[in-house]
Amino acid sequence: MYNYYLVIVLSPLIAAIIAGLFGRQIGRTASHSITILAVGISTVCSMLVLYRMLLGTALPENISIYTWFAMDGLRIEIGFLVDRLTAFMMVVVTFVSLMVHVYTIGYMRDDPGYQRFFSHISLFTFAMLMLVMANNFLQLFFGWEAVGLVSYLLIGFWLKRPTAVFASLKAFLVNRVGDFGFILGIAAVAYFAQSLDYAEVFASADQIAGQGISVWPGTSWNAMTLICVLLFIGAMGKSAQAPLHVWLPDSMEGPTPISALIHAATMVTAGIFLVARMSPLYELSLPALGTVVIIGAFTAFFMGLLGIVQNDIKRVIAYSTLSQLGYMTVALGASAYSAAMFHLMTHAFFKALLFLAAGSVIIALHHEQDMRKMGGLKKYMPITYWTALVGSLALIGFPGTAGFFSKDLLIEAVRDSHWAETDPWVYWIAYLSVLLGVFVTALYTFRMFFMVFHGEERMDKEARSHVHESPWVVTVPLIMLAIPSAIIGWWTIEPVLFGNYFGDAIVVNQSRDVLAHLGEAWHGRLGLLLHAWQSPVLWLAVGGVVLAWYLYLKRTDLPGKISKRFSSLYKLLDRKYYFDDLWINGFAAGGRRLSTFLWEKSDQGLIDGFMVNGTTNAIGRIAGVMRQLQTGYLYTYAFAMIIGLTAILGWLTWLR
Amino acid sequence: MNNSTYLLSTLIFLPILGGLALLAIGDTGDASSGRARGMRWTALAVTLLALVLSLGLVTGFDTSTAAMQFVEKLDWIPAIQASYHLGVDGLSAPLILLTTFITPLVVISSWDTIKSRPAQYFAAFLILEGLMIGVFASLDGLLFYVFWEFMLVPMFLIIGVWGGPRRVYATMKFFLYTFLGSVLLLVAFVYLFVQSGSFDIAGWVDVPLGLRAQQTIFIGLLLAFAVKVPMWPVHTWLPDAHVEAPTGGSVILAAIMLKMGGYGFVRLSLPIVPDGSAYFSALMIGLSLIAIVYISIVALMQKDMKKLVAYSSVAHMGFVTLGFFLFWHLSTNVGAALGIAGGMVQMVSHGLVSGAMFLCVGVLYERTHSREIADYGGVANTMPWFGAFFVLFAMANSGLPGTSGFVGEFMVIVASFKANFWIAFFAATILVSGASYTLWMIKRVVYGEVANENVAELSDLNHREFLVLGALAIAVLILGVWPEPLVNMMSATIENLVATIGLTKL
Repeated sequence: MYNYYLVIVLSPLIAAIIAGLFGRQIGRTASHSITILAVGISTVCSMLVLYRMLLGTALPENISIYTWFAMDGLRIEIGFLVDRLTAFMMVVVTFVSLMVHVYTIGYMRDDPGYQRFFSHISLFTFAMLMLVMANNFLQLFFGWEAVGLVSYLLIGFWLKRPTAVFASLKAFLVNRVGDFGFILGIAAVAYFAQSLDYAEVFASADQIAGQGISVWPGTSWNAMTLICVLLFIGAMGKSAQAPLHVWLPDSMEGPTPISALIHAATMVTAGIFLVARMSPLYELSLPALGTVVIIGAFTAFFMGLLGIVQNDIKRVIAYSTLSQLGYMTVALGASAYSAAMFHLMTHAFFKALLFLAAGSVIIALHHEQDMRKMGGLKKYMPITYWTALVGSLALIGFPGTAGFFSKDLLIEAVRDSHWAETDPWVYWIAYLSVLLGVFVTALYTFRMFFMVFHGEERMDKEARSHVHESPWVVTVPLIMLAIPSAIIGWWTIEPVLFGNYFGDAIVVNQSRDVLAHLGEAWHGRLGLLLHAWQSPVLWLAVGGVVLAWYLYLKRTDLPGKISKRFSSLYKLLDRKYYFDDLWINGFAAGGRRLSTFLWEKSDQGLIDGFMVNGTTNAIGRIAGVMRQLQTGYLYTYAFAMIIGLTAILGWLTWLR
Repeated sequence: MNNSTYLLSTLIFLPILGGLALLAIGDTGDASSGRARGMRWTALAVTLLALVLSLGLVTGFDTSTAAMQFVEKLDWIPAIQASYHLGVDGLSAPLILLTTFITPLVVISSWDTIKSRPAQYFAAFLILEGLMIGVFASLDGLLFYVFWEFMLVPMFLIIGVWGGPRRVYATMKFFLYTFLGSVLLLVAFVYLFVQSGSFDIAGWVDVPLGLRAQQTIFIGLLLAFAVKVPMWPVHTWLPDAHVEAPTGGSVILAAIMLKMGGYGFVRLSLPIVPDGSAYFSALMIGLSLIAIVYISIVALMQKDMKKLVAYSSVAHMGFVTLGFFLFWHLSTNVGAALGIAGGMVQMVSHGLVSGAMFLCVGVLYERTHSREIADYGGVANTMPWFGAFFVLFAMANSGLPGTSGFVGEFMVIVASFKANFWIAFFAATILVSGASYTLWMIKRVVYGEVANENVAELSDLNHREFLVLGALAIAVLILGVWPEPLVNMMSATIENLVATIGLTKL
């Protein structure tokens, strides 16, 4: 299997190098062919790995490939841990990546950076696979930063656009704030476990949890809590959890295929994957799990609200992604790791679908992203319309779709979680957030859907005359993603959530194992479907859709009036709770001011001006004074000698 | 000892003699003449030969021992027990290899950019190469000191003759700073000679010294080495020197000469005065953290690219001194070797990355004669290959895993966590600050619309520039993906060093 994994990882890398370095020589067709072929190989191989795991012919493997370095008792080996959690992620990553590769042929057709784009998304696939297949923290961090790098390069892909360039820098730096916590977390792991290998760290988890560390004099923190919180700060950056979420909406400046691949389906779920992978550690720290729940709940609800006031189609989906990532995070904090991973998978499919559908609309309208200039596209773009409908229904959790199963179970898991007894405050914050979030999700989703595909045609004449359905390289990926968005939930819910699919890869403390508890009361997927109407979740979703229909199709004058009436609330949402202002005007501008101050006052003023040049000048002045003494008159020197002699004699007698 | 070759002597004197030959022949002052072309090829041939020969240090190196290898010893001044004593171990061999790797790249990069007196220019670099290898290979204090001080002369000339408009101020500042620092080095050496009766560095390691003596010696060495590294607050010569130096001078200065200071700490300060080092270790860690945190903030608002990279150098060199002085602050002995190895890896990596950064700035300066960030914008539109390299090296400068820039910082952060959470905390801020100043510069220079006519007229890298940057890029990536060979080369020596500094002399 060793070579097999290497093929999966390295083929996208090799293709990326070829397309990147020799793209101009081999041309456009060869560039996209080779990258698609490479990612296709990875996809097929990943599926085979998963298939063999399911059959039981392949067992989890932990293999090392080479030693990164060994020093001082710390031995870091690059290698792969391929268990069921990994195989699951590998299939999601490679499949979505393959669809996006094909789609890109159509989307980027006229772009001069065509080869560069293919090179980057192939490189991304490599980096993401390294991240999910790592068997140690160092390699995880490598993949983590490498996907961040590619994300940076792709957000700034259109490098002449100032907004895109700004967004790429912002994304990288905000992620770096998260990575700051992450690397300290890794250092803490190395300190307490003397190893960075997952298996060894997990084996010593109990021993770590028994230790304390005095971060602040006089206090003692549990080592495991410190590790988990620090690692989670990294996850907050990558998975865009508040307050480190500010980069994700801006990242929509990048081309739409990467919004689907990187900023919806795969990279942003790395944080979710991280916490699930580290479940043996998180399970030992209740405070860390509490942090996870609260951050996730806040993100899930409040970021969803922002989706309602956005007019850029991609930004609506971006805020939706933030909110859904918040859902997953809440599930992690409720120890329902499998539910989080399940939602991660269904979300990867339907969110990638929605982004690609949005991209299809955007190119049909010649790069128009403002929904106020869309409308009535249903009749022009039937395939895009129907696939977008599937994606939207899955997003709001319409019964039967993939999103229904994953979201419903996630909410049930939160409802029945141990937090009800452990800490009612945490419990109610989490539960109400995910429950009310359903209504918000349905509202913004169908607001977007109606504004784009139904109602009045608000584009100008020129644009309308050119609108047509996208070519097959665009619609085939849409259909290929619509299929799993519709059915994969029905198909996989039982093995993934209740069939112990993840096996030993996910560890849950028995007293908190809410999914086992739900499994006891499980009446089959058909039962869940038939009883959907009894749960408040469905009615909240329906309410959201109806409200969207009323506001955006029936009484289109109302939204404007409402925003005027509640202008302060509207402003709060429109300014995105002032998080951007905090980061940009607060930290970034403050940093620049501090830098100028230190440079001018301290480095140039104090050190260089006063100490260095000051010394030089002082020497010059002293020399000027001393020069006066060199009078050339004998009596002056004789006088000086007498004074000197007296002084020395005096000193000697005093010493004695 | 493994053999009796004269490899180290060859590496030292081949470039020096080559340089002297260039000086003797001289040129007509016309950079385009056939004679000048001959000079360049000679310089390149000598440095490449040195590079090839230095590979013998890799193939013949025994990684299992901490003992000196490739040793040569001849009487020099018997009256004061000074000898011509050379040898390498895991600390010096990587730095010699760095020197022989960087110098030919500097020669190639200066190929046709030096218009006046090319023979003298290349001669200065050749002589400098030999002297720098001499510093790293010396096992005798007096010999070390001779090489150390002589090194200033070619660099003084490189900045003073081929430098920018404020070169006189910069050279004087550079010279006085480093020279004043080195004077006390000699005093310390003389004291050690008096105590031990010889200039043998290995003998100095064994000589017993009282605490007061050790503190005094430490201070003497500290001034010399801190200026070279440079550590805060004696760093202000560096931005000026870099700004005025020609590109090749900046590269050598950043890539190799700064390493002399770090090398001095591990070769001399730590083993000879362990108790003095222990006494001042908290101060050293504090100064290192100031370099990392404070200098990074200062770097952010620099308007001149070379100044920005220079400040970035100071911040990154903070990791070197931080890693070296962690030993006394660890609760267990685990981590000390990791910290020192991290500092060493950081030195090698910084040599490659900062050299590459200065070369990138030089590529732009060559075309437009401006280093101001504000004069650029959208360079990637006209120079796509250059943009790719610049972004790669910027990422390495930001410590991206997979590049060499990450390895040393990672090792030092992990080691410092073992000492104290807050040391690691402040050290790790470079993840944010380093990326901020580097990538903000990249944003303003490489990205965006073509800013002005100068940028619109830029031509992409020529073959020579491509070769030089490509070689550095490969080195940066290999070291980042697989640092084990380098770490392995040093590990026996460093473990031995840790054992040595663990023994108090009191």
